[in-house]
Amino acid sequence: MSRELINLIVQATGESLFMVSVAALVATALGLPLGVFLATSRKGELFAAPSANGLLGVIVNAARSTPFIILVVAIIPFTRLIAGTSIGSGAAIVPLTIAATPFIARLVEAAIREVDAGLIETASSFGASPLQIVFKVLIPEALPGLVLALTLAVVSLLGYSAMVGAVGGGGLGDLGIRYGYQRFMPEMMLAVVVVLIALVQTVQTAGDYLARRVNRRLRHR
Amino acid sequence: MNVHQSLTTAQAVAPLPPIPLASGASDAMIRFEAVSKVYPAYRDKPSVHALQAIDFAIPRGSITGVIGRSGAGKSSLVRLINGLEKPSSGRVVIDNSEISALAGRELRLAQRSIGMIFQHFNLLSSRTAADNIALPLEIAGWSRADIAVRVAELLELVGIADKYDRYPSELSGGQKQRIGIARALATRPNVLLSDEATSALDPQTTRAILDLLANINRELGVTIVLITHEMSVVRQLAKEVAVIDGGQVVERGHVAEIFTHPRHPVTQAFLSEVIGDSVPVSLASRLSPQPVAGGQAVLRVQVRGTEAGDTVVARLSRELSHDVALLSARIDEIGGQHVGSLILSIPGGEAAARQALAYLSQHDILVERLGHVA
Repeated sequence: MSRELINLIVQATGESLFMVSVAALVATALGLPLGVFLATSRKGELFAAPSANGLLGVIVNAARSTPFIILVVAIIPFTRLIAGTSIGSGAAIVPLTIAATPFIARLVEAAIREVDAGLIETASSFGASPLQIVFKVLIPEALPGLVLALTLAVVSLLGYSAMVGAVGGGGLGDLGIRYGYQRFMPEMMLAVVVVLIALVQTVQTAGDYLARRVNRRLRHR
Repeated sequence: MNVHQSLTTAQAVAPLPPIPLASGASDAMIRFEAVSKVYPAYRDKPSVHALQAIDFAIPRGSITGVIGRSGAGKSSLVRLINGLEKPSSGRVVIDNSEISALAGRELRLAQRSIGMIFQHFNLLSSRTAADNIALPLEIAGWSRADIAVRVAELLELVGIADKYDRYPSELSGGQKQRIGIARALATRPNVLLSDEATSALDPQTTRAILDLLANINRELGVTIVLITHEMSVVRQLAKEVAVIDGGQVVERGHVAEIFTHPRHPVTQAFLSEVIGDSVPVSLASRLSPQPVAGGQAVLRVQVRGTEAGDTVVARLSRELSHDVALLSARIDEIGGQHVGSLILSIPGGEAAARQALAYLSQHDILVERLGHVA
């Protein structure tokens, strides 16, 4: 493989990592509180607000059921509003974030719901405020689940990022389609796939390791 | 007193005497004043009257047992004391402040003077022993330095100072409950609520935990409320007891008094758990309801009070001029009083049996005729 093609792969890998990491950060910042709220706002729960819970649930489901490629083109005006342009890696971060946020929210909701309700009751009986319960009980206790949820979200984002070539987002997926498929360069396709596999493998291994480190439910020493 | 009748008509229980509320104003740590709790109907479930007109006081500095079967209303009672639920009517007063009237920040402040321990310990798996104990202090906004000092004291108090850096998954049930106790006492509460705290522990560990609670009551003067379905827990630790059933307090008073003279069938059932009122299987299979020619009458004698059971056998033998045989006996001590039952066989036919029944009745000893054996 020529020097030029290797440079293309390196550049595309950089674009993918940039899009995915910024989108993951922003989506976590939005999805974590949203997920905590979804997990604690049903009737009789910590921040009981059943109608807000229901409404957010519908919005989250709507966002999650829209195919990503349709989402990308459907929100182009919004992307332009946020990023100033609708083309390029920076602009691609907007649809990636919007797709990942409800996904992360649902994963966070599931992880938070795993926390024993007895612990919420215990903290309440000590006079803890709802916010103290979130930060001192729910999030620390759900941490192993949250780490695995974020790992899963990053892996999914790597997959999504392959589709933003449609709006000139660049990245590995775009490279694979344009060179590997449209220019009949199977070696390029193979190289892109190998790099993606390595990335997913690395992210998953790191996430598993971290989740195990923060999981005190297991005996280790 | 007709003793035969008193054993069989226990269902007819006299109403409890009214409570002198005025005198209880200052020496009561916890007071229930006409408290009822109704859970409203929800979807296809009908409304539930969990507690009805509860009216009783828990003395300051006491260890009080609240005993009842599952579904008797114990959990509702706990959640009313620690303010997690509000009564449907009536007042719950703790240390002369009405917790049932507080909300928000005021309620959270009041809750810091009530510690609680749980059946399943409810420790955070993500925190070490020391950090679990620190949790209520962090919630109360203590400084890091003050927390460190207090946690060290508490670890010492509950006897697990060497386990400070262990996670709950690395500890035994007894050790976890010690952390639970230390955590409950962290903010120096006046009241310690124990919600079935020993139900998940083996008998030996249960004894150690109950001893620790007794020490804490003695040394710190904390009022302890033991919510339990286990008679043995009440017997070992409590001085006062309230028996609840069907959402009502059916009997209450000093442990020794209540359990030497139980009036309500539920109390009697709890008592028989400890003293084993059942007839041994081998004997039950041989019993016949009709007198057997040349056989012996079988009597069950209840032992209640300071008089030990063995003198009953000796006295009865002398009275009848026959040796009375002891078939089965179980005597225990509750609050310094002997409580138990003896199963005796009386030789000498129907005349001797009548004489024995008459003698025991005269001496106010509860007795019933179980039957006859050959």
